[in-house]
Amino acid sequence: MLTDVRPIVSTLRRHRLTATLLVLQIALTCAIVCNAIFLIGDRVSWMLTPSGIAEGDLMRITVSDIGPRRDLHARVETDLATLRAIPGVQAVTVGNSLPFGGNAWNSGLKLDRSQQSPSATVAMFYGESLVETLGTRLVAGRVFRPQEYSWVDDLVAGKATSSHVAMVTSDLANRLFPGESAIGREVFVGGEPARVVGVLERLPAARVGAREDANNTLVMPWRMVPAYGGGYFVRARHGEAARVLKDAVAALKRAEPRRVVVEARLYSDIRGRYFATDRAMTVLLAAVSVALLVVTALGIVGLASFWVAQRRRQIGVRRALGASRTAILRYFQTENFLLASMGIVLGMALAYGINLLLMRQYELPRLPWTYLPVGAIVLWTLGQAAVLAPALRAASVPPVVATRG
Amino acid sequence: MFGYYMELAVRSLRRSKALTALMILAVALGIGASITTLTVLHVLSGDPLPGRSGSVFMPQMDPRDKERDDHPDELPTQVTWADGMNLLHAARARRQALMAAGSTPVQSDDLAIDPFIVPARYTTADFFAMFGVPFRYGQGWSATDDESRTRVAVIGGELNDRLFRGENSVGRTLHVDGADLRIVGVLAPWRAVPHFYDLNSGNYSVGEEVFVPLGTARAAKLKRNGGIECWGNKSSDEADMETANCVWLQFWVQLDDPTTVASYRRFLDGYVHEQVALGRFERPAVSALPNVMQFLDQQRVVPSDVRLQVWLALGFFAVCLVNTVGLMLAKFMRRAGEVSVRRALGASRRSVFAQLLVEAGVIGLAGGVGGLGVAVLGLAVVRMQPGASAELAHLDLTMLGATFVISIAAAIAAGLIPAWRTCRIAPALQLKSQ
Repeated sequence: MLTDVRPIVSTLRRHRLTATLLVLQIALTCAIVCNAIFLIGDRVSWMLTPSGIAEGDLMRITVSDIGPRRDLHARVETDLATLRAIPGVQAVTVGNSLPFGGNAWNSGLKLDRSQQSPSATVAMFYGESLVETLGTRLVAGRVFRPQEYSWVDDLVAGKATSSHVAMVTSDLANRLFPGESAIGREVFVGGEPARVVGVLERLPAARVGAREDANNTLVMPWRMVPAYGGGYFVRARHGEAARVLKDAVAALKRAEPRRVVVEARLYSDIRGRYFATDRAMTVLLAAVSVALLVVTALGIVGLASFWVAQRRRQIGVRRALGASRTAILRYFQTENFLLASMGIVLGMALAYGINLLLMRQYELPRLPWTYLPVGAIVLWTLGQAAVLAPALRAASVPPVVATRG
Repeated sequence: MFGYYMELAVRSLRRSKALTALMILAVALGIGASITTLTVLHVLSGDPLPGRSGSVFMPQMDPRDKERDDHPDELPTQVTWADGMNLLHAARARRQALMAAGSTPVQSDDLAIDPFIVPARYTTADFFAMFGVPFRYGQGWSATDDESRTRVAVIGGELNDRLFRGENSVGRTLHVDGADLRIVGVLAPWRAVPHFYDLNSGNYSVGEEVFVPLGTARAAKLKRNGGIECWGNKSSDEADMETANCVWLQFWVQLDDPTTVASYRRFLDGYVHEQVALGRFERPAVSALPNVMQFLDQQRVVPSDVRLQVWLALGFFAVCLVNTVGLMLAKFMRRAGEVSVRRALGASRRSVFAQLLVEAGVIGLAGGVGGLGVAVLGLAVVRMQPGASAELAHLDLTMLGATFVISIAAAIAAGLIPAWRTCRIAPALQLKSQ
């Protein structure tokens, strides 16, 4: 095989432009595909981010009243009782937001009241027994006690005072109090003090800015009302979510016909919507990568076919002088291997360049070096597969061709 | 001569069908992908107010307290009720409008139609004239209606179709959220893309269907939604929003020439300094007056994924082009014999070159047609995606023209090197070897 290298190189020198173009094409393909696969991996791992809640059994129903709203609290209690009466309902509450649910309620968090700027911007979750309803795991401390809850509309209007307790996620606890227990510590949320009573495994925000801050969240002991943008969060017995959703909407409409059901969705649907653009991007990246590989493979087939046709006589001469079919086959395979290798080396450099640009534009991590050998193997395989048919055609050129003018 | 070259080109392309198809397919895919993504970018980064975006401005200031120092260098994009009303009543610009987003249930007289929620905008009289909103029937309300909180409304064309089957509904009654409003105007289809005047309700959110004077909406306690940022410990209950320490209203002004812009800037700066002097504003006296496009740029409205898609498509196009150059080169070089005969028979280098370029151009044209097909298909797929912005992806004349210019230019550029190489073949050498 190696003995072929010298004649191949001298042949390629005579077809310098064509060879350069092929190398360039392989390099570009390699660079783009490496980065595309990296981006796909990045998006997929993001789309699989665990929410820590009972995803398959949850749903959200948002209703809107018509006309003046009176007896807010009594209405909520009636609705909750209506929902609880539906067979298959395990837990129900009015909450403000769901992980990856869209509408976020953010606030600045300080460790000290006099602090100039906040230690973190946190997304707040509230709703009576929210943690229990969602199925979020508590890793330390306790959940809120019934007497610790107050109505959010009373708090906002200054008609009630908060019980000054909060639950934080373990991510936030580690960020605020590295190496220490967060239980019993005081934080200031929107200027109000709150003592941490519980630590949750995780509870990603409804809308995430920077991914590493996804779990910068805390839960407040506030009862939510639909008029403030809250929705009914219902948890169904396993496997009954779809039926419960239908029954719940019907029951809410029956209880008060003069209102509008704004949203009634299973959590899987809510989460799917949140990641819809990421999913579309993943599909697009994959499609472009496949198209690139196909175009490059076809390009290799086309060029190799031309070279074989062009060199028919030379091949005949070699065969007449005693070269075996295998030797001819090897020749074209080695030639492709050399071109692919040059393309891959150039492509790696280009891949890193593109990655650097992406890192600056999109806050992506550095391309792990493991992508490079994988990309190389993919392109080598592609090249060999593409060149096989033309090479076999070359190998089947009979020696007698040499004698024809 | 051109006709003859065309004939030669078609004949030559027919000779190697698979290769020709491959070249055309590569050009078509590359162009199709590029045009699809460029169209999406073109639509999403478009001017929401063509012809007037340069004279519509957003006065910005910072009324927040020192306590929450979240984004010291970023000014809020909304104003408080007090500041909004002060600037509105100062009436220093040619037109000005204060507004907030809402969503309101609408009931039909027809009991068979269930009540439904539509996006609403609570604003002041100049909104329609300042943004050039077209009316199908009637007109907007007056500044007097704003002051007296008259129970009137302007509705969108879609809602008019739904409630009144598209008839002229001016003078009829609209039942919203327990209040009865007299319809004074019906809009012709209108949608600002991006939804620049209030990005909090989504960068590309659909247009509102109910427009109510801001004062009326407050008096009738219509449901408000949208972005809100509060500070301090004052009540931020819905009923207290007029006095709350919250920014929740958008304020826009129309200033027609540089002199008025400069004088408005001075006025705004003076206002902010005055508020700092009065002790109402705790932070340093900073103000800004971006126009629509500057504001959209600042807010990075176009999703970064859209730009990434454009780069991806252009990269793909580059590979397709390199592929085509390589194949064309191989194809032309293979015809060295034919070219030599033509040269030996007296064809000039220039005419051989021209002939080969025509051949490349034919591939480009075919690729362009194919690319257009790919782009139409690609945009149809984009429109099937979820999200308010997806449905906007339509090919316009600019992009249609661009497709053909790009494809022919690309194919000719791709044919340039191969054609030049081929026409430089020395005739004698090739003829001898045959």
